[in-house]
Amino acid sequence: MAVTSAADRVLDYDEAVAKFDPVMGLEVHVELHTATKMFCGCPTTFGAEPNSQVCPVCLGLPGALPVVNEKAVESAVRIGLALNCEIAEWCRFARKNYFYPDMPKNFQTSQYDEPIAFNGYLDVEVEDGSGGTEIFRVEIERAHMEEDTGKSLHVGGSTGRIHGAEYSLVDYNRAGIPLIEIVTKPIVGAGERAPEVAKAYVSALRDLLRALDVSDVKMEQGSMRCDANVSLRVRAGDDPRGDAQLAVPFGTRTETKNVNSLRSVERAVRYEMSRQAAILDEGGTILQETRHWHEDTGMTTSGRVKSDADDYRYFPEPDLVPVAPTRETVDELRGTLPEPPGLRRKRLQSEWGFSDLEMRDVVNARAVELIEETVAAGAGAAAAKKWWLGEPSRRANAEGQDLVSYAAGLGFAPAHVAELDRLVTSGRLNDSMARQVLDGVLAGEGTPTEVADARGLELVQDDSALEAAVDRVIDANPDIAEKIRGGKVQAAGALIGQVMKEMKGQADAGKVRALILARLS
Amino acid sequence: MNTDLTRASAAELADALASKSISSVEVTQAHLDRIAAVDGQVHAYLHVDAEGALATARAIDERRAAGESLPTLAGVPIAVKDVMTTKGLPTTCGSRMLEGWIPPYDATVVRHIKAAGMPILGKTNMDEFAMGSSTEHSAYGPSRNPWDLERIPGGSGGGSSAVIASFQAPLATGTDTGGSIRQPAAVTGTVGTKPTYGGVSRYGLVALASSLDQAGPCARTVLDTALLHEVMGGHDPLDSTSIDAPVPPVVEAARRADVAGMRIGVVKELGGEGYQPGVRARFDEAVALLVERGAEVVEVSCPNFDYALAAYYLILPSEASSNLAKFDAMRYGMRVLPEGIDAPTAEQVMAATRDAGFGDEVKRRIILGTYALSSGYYDAYYGSAQKVRTLIAQDFARAYEKVDVLVSPTAPTTAFKLGDKLDDPMAMYLNDIATIPANLAGVPGMSVPSGVADEDGLPTGIQILAPATKDERLYSVGAALEQALLERWGAPILSRAPELGADLVKGA
Repeated sequence: MAVTSAADRVLDYDEAVAKFDPVMGLEVHVELHTATKMFCGCPTTFGAEPNSQVCPVCLGLPGALPVVNEKAVESAVRIGLALNCEIAEWCRFARKNYFYPDMPKNFQTSQYDEPIAFNGYLDVEVEDGSGGTEIFRVEIERAHMEEDTGKSLHVGGSTGRIHGAEYSLVDYNRAGIPLIEIVTKPIVGAGERAPEVAKAYVSALRDLLRALDVSDVKMEQGSMRCDANVSLRVRAGDDPRGDAQLAVPFGTRTETKNVNSLRSVERAVRYEMSRQAAILDEGGTILQETRHWHEDTGMTTSGRVKSDADDYRYFPEPDLVPVAPTRETVDELRGTLPEPPGLRRKRLQSEWGFSDLEMRDVVNARAVELIEETVAAGAGAAAAKKWWLGEPSRRANAEGQDLVSYAAGLGFAPAHVAELDRLVTSGRLNDSMARQVLDGVLAGEGTPTEVADARGLELVQDDSALEAAVDRVIDANPDIAEKIRGGKVQAAGALIGQVMKEMKGQADAGKVRALILARLS
Repeated sequence: MNTDLTRASAAELADALASKSISSVEVTQAHLDRIAAVDGQVHAYLHVDAEGALATARAIDERRAAGESLPTLAGVPIAVKDVMTTKGLPTTCGSRMLEGWIPPYDATVVRHIKAAGMPILGKTNMDEFAMGSSTEHSAYGPSRNPWDLERIPGGSGGGSSAVIASFQAPLATGTDTGGSIRQPAAVTGTVGTKPTYGGVSRYGLVALASSLDQAGPCARTVLDTALLHEVMGGHDPLDSTSIDAPVPPVVEAARRADVAGMRIGVVKELGGEGYQPGVRARFDEAVALLVERGAEVVEVSCPNFDYALAAYYLILPSEASSNLAKFDAMRYGMRVLPEGIDAPTAEQVMAATRDAGFGDEVKRRIILGTYALSSGYYDAYYGSAQKVRTLIAQDFARAYEKVDVLVSPTAPTTAFKLGDKLDDPMAMYLNDIATIPANLAGVPGMSVPSGVADEDGLPTGIQILAPATKDERLYSVGAALEQALLERWGAPILSRAPELGADLVKGA
């Protein structure tokens, strides 16, 4: 049995990267969110009753034949173009033959030596070590089309794995969902930043796929999955991108599967580097194998020993005709590409006048689109950022949701924020009143105006009450009034506070200040 | 028309049905009676659906009585090869592996047959998963040749050819991966066509070798074959390799039976040594008859045909090894638990089931194909075979620059005795030597009776091959030859076959 219960020895990360240079290869599987499956007309809805979205084709019944989903090919071409790939003029599907119960035909219809897209790159942003950012280019080997397998559920075991399970159930709803597998070329030159580069790459890829609107890219639901190949070689020279280092042959790699969050991508690469370093440091050798990532323990465990002799007996799929997108089609699809997320971000940052740090906060909060829409609805960028990154963000975090889905779930829209901002700039609400209104809106009490009306929140526009309050406070504080008359303007603060108290907060502090100074000039 | 409805051709039955001089129930019942009388001897059906066939017949009779205009073959019964899925009817492919499996869907061909209003009498026997030339590899026992019950009816579609030749159905469907329609037709004195690859949908045909498989019609006359061809064919969006074009004008060609001015090429490599003298003699006579009818005949060389058999036995097993992987006991069909293991794993159940469920020939080809596709061997075997395939297609292309059709004997010999070649796979494979090139190139081919061999009195066949999508040429030549031979013989070839279960038929 290959599974080990005891933790593997790991080398301290700093020591590991001082001695060894990492090489990575990242394979990302993306489920396309086409309405129907890759080779049949079954729907692709996530979370449906098991085995309710199946037909003779995706169940692999005798006699059934596949037909390519044109929409999926279109998505594949768009992904290829967005990754700066060449698009094949002619390519075929291939059968990858192996037996597994969740694979209805016992072969996966995939692509082998003729991928739809190849030779591209994705530029990702990483920290440059001195507070700024720099671009790291990740080269793309290929992006190819294939079908997903069914999903096995192992019942009765302690870990949910097949070992020790009493029986297994298979749900074929997922069988035949279109997948695009995106494979990088070996990523060299990242050095100690390899885990960060891995995370940045998957993150940038996710943003890109989201912008392309081809996939839900929900790593937690498995619509985007990452396998991380990691190997180490000895360090040569100080520069991980130097000629001396690049001349060193690659070491033996492991493939870590089941890495299903951005944070895990970083952690898994880091862990695997430390683990391999410990073995190599002792003069041991790395076993070429598949390893499983465990989110809870932050470790990988040995899976199946893999060798280059793993033989899938690929051959061209005879049930399908070649895919040959015309150059006209490719050009048309190129025209549908969105602005690359990186460039778009730079453009918005400059339009909004945010600092790098502010923009990073916005991106991390997944608020770029929300702010963009809020600005479009008439709000200022700074106000939009202030409101979105305040209470809504805090609550979304507390709920463990991302801001977009949290707001969508509440029906809280950019238009609401823009309206709130309008109420402030028009002078109807002050800042603390606006916060109360926001609370009300988030509690589902209505639009900002409705909430303000219902709660009776409005800055007092009739100055007589305010002037009376100012006079009362001045009369009650002759000492302070005298100081102000004497030129100590800053002493006005004490009086402003009292006036606001008298007015129960429903006054504009600026106006109060002006009134006080006018009375005492 | 013959008073015995089972002796009538499909075209005759269609006319009689259309004129309401007979009913579909009568025709269907006559065939069911014939099945009951003789199939005990022939063993051509694996499953007979009397109830379903009669229900369809009744429905058609009612619709006709109501004045509805119906398709040509409405009410004419048919037998379906057991490799085609039939909703609600067993589909075993001659294998234990699928014993008891009832498909939840119809093959496109079956859908067409139902839409044409044709009662389905039952499912016909075949070599397991269509691997064989004799039906001896059927897990349910061999079918027998109505000309001599000790001999094979050809394969893999021996059930369909035997059904036709023994008057248990006027029409039957077949599939032809390397000759499984044409060779059975040749050895039973019947007609069979393998259409152009893509001419008939493969959706719902349990795949043997996807790039070679093609469904087609089996009948006793060229016209009947054409009528069924027309029903089976046509574009199917469910089959990506289906040709998006109308069915070629096969019925018209069969009716015109005109070869005047046609250039016919005799393939030098498909004849001579290795071909039985009686087969050669009847072939030469048939060619002479075509010349009499105005055709021009030349000899044509297709040098790469010599490598066809070798290439075929790499490509077919390769694709078959993958196509048959789905039979793993997980979702349908047979499930066998390994002996002596308490809690077997899925892999152990798969292995035990495949061991018990597949016959020797199937295992042989799975092993061959698995080997041929293995890394390190792929280029030498599968890769080379694909190159040969291209060369064979080029041979055809060059030949068709000079001639309109090619001809050869369909099979090198007449029907051999049951058991004769069972232990010699190579000898069995050689039976398809003349039919395989058409599958490799995707071109259409037909077998038409050319007579009986002097030495054994058994039927012989001539094969006609045409360029891709020119299926109608097969019917022009086939029908002209059929007419010429009928004039010479004075009666159809099957009138020379011995009577089967004669007493029982009379008593029926």
